Amino acid sequence: MSDIIRTKTPPIGLFQFAADTYTQPFWDAAREHKLKMPSCSACGFRRFPPTPFCPECHSQDLTWTELSGEAIIYSYTIVERAVLPGMAEFIPYMPIVVDFPDFPGVRLVSSLVDAPLDAVHVGSKVRVRWDDLPDGVTLPRFVLADD
Amino acid sequence: MTIKDKTAIVGVGATPYYKRGKSQPQTMEELVGKATLAALADAGLKATDVDGFAFFGGGFDTPTLVETLGIPEIRFTAMLTGTGGGSAGALGLAASAIITGVAKTIVVVGGMQQILHRYGVSTSDYPPTPYNTFFSAAGLVGPGHLFALLARRHMHLYGTRRKHFGEIALSNRANAQNNPEAVMFGKPMTMEDYFNAPLLADPHCLFDFCLENDGAVAVVITSSERARDLRQKPAYIMSSTHGGERSWGRAMYWQGMSDEFYASSGQQSVARHLYEVAGIGPQDVDCAQIYDHFTSQVLMQLEDFGFCGKGESGAFVESGAIRMGGKLPLNTDGGQTSCGYMWGMTHIREAVLQIRGTSTNQVQGAKIVLATGGPTAIPVSAALLRGE
Repeated sequence: MSDIIRTKTPPIGLFQFAADTYTQPFWDAAREHKLKMPSCSACGFRRFPPTPFCPECHSQDLTWTELSGEAIIYSYTIVERAVLPGMAEFIPYMPIVVDFPDFPGVRLVSSLVDAPLDAVHVGSKVRVRWDDLPDGVTLPRFVLADD
Repeated sequence: MTIKDKTAIVGVGATPYYKRGKSQPQTMEELVGKATLAALADAGLKATDVDGFAFFGGGFDTPTLVETLGIPEIRFTAMLTGTGGGSAGALGLAASAIITGVAKTIVVVGGMQQILHRYGVSTSDYPPTPYNTFFSAAGLVGPGHLFALLARRHMHLYGTRRKHFGEIALSNRANAQNNPEAVMFGKPMTMEDYFNAPLLADPHCLFDFCLENDGAVAVVITSSERARDLRQKPAYIMSSTHGGERSWGRAMYWQGMSDEFYASSGQQSVARHLYEVAGIGPQDVDCAQIYDHFTSQVLMQLEDFGFCGKGESGAFVESGAIRMGGKLPLNTDGGQTSCGYMWGMTHIREAVLQIRGTSTNQVQGAKIVLATGGPTAIPVSAALLRGE
């Protein structure tokens, strides 16, 4: 079984963190290993990442809902070639875009880790895994859900 | 009131298309100046005739150009927001200024020099923001990675296959074999070569990516009335539109596009307005210069500009439609994957040459030519040029 190639974590040296008033609650929840997504407190419209105004009603108030962490792969790519210094040891890795069945209307950009390359397709079920980084940021990443 | 046919491109000029970094020791200002002077000479005009610049994608420093080229007075200097999506739209910026009497002779120039930065990994140069934090966390460091996500979705929805991307790459490469200025002139490619190339961002392989080049391309725009008295056969600007819809928005830098927009080029509204202004439809276009930073995005533009139905672009290109002699000869200079990548300006240049009848892959009787700029975050853009 040693010839099965599994996806690695994306190159951590490329990660640069920034947050603002509107996205900080997402990262605060992540530190507690909770996946929370926002909706407009006034009209319920969902947007992510949250921008300063609801595009439907222009309210600025957000309500954050904790999700189950189960998601569906909407699309993905596999990065198999290092194009920057510090990437080589992380190849291959798999950036993904996911939908949430329990919170339709928003998508999250993340990565699928520790998955056999040939076992992944659009529509694959995944679940969140929390990776605590040394600098205090916690990243949501995903693994294939158990069938 | 529209801009239809009221202005024309009367001069076109370019530097050689250099491989990335090979334009040294020339400076960027030098490359832009050389392209501008070549375009003016082509038009039979002088630098002292220029009174305006229209840019896109960051543009260039107008006061430096005025100082170094000896332009007496500038009455218009403006830039379309965004990046390479603005190339074809910058023509409309110039046309609007000429029609309203703001300026008479406007140069649109674009170009790039990749010494310090590689555009292929440009996303990694951006300062961290609350939005791109999610992308850097996922290791999405180049536009090729981001567009691969859209390409994969298109494959899932419509059964598009890598051989369809390959047909774009092969068609471009075949055209480049007749164009001595093309970077890939003398380097033919087969489908076997295509499938042997490394996957850089699955499903994109090396040959799905545009080249990385140095150089500049400039065009000179003036009123149609004045154009008729100048040296070259005018390439009339029928239409030039830019923008995009909310459902596209920040596009690949967002990934939240509605499902109908996600696997697209975001050009739907721009295409609709483009044809409305010109009073024509896709069936009237004789050949097309379609922005090909990634082959998959050529397929999606063929759909958005109405050359085939949604999801049908794979079959469309497989039919031979985009080859010389086909229904819609495409990227006749070799495109950005095989001729040169100047943020869309090579497409403007080639569209003008087709109208003049002087392309190295001339489409016989070409009267109406499409050039697109883009697919990226808003704005994306497009232009239609026509001959007499």
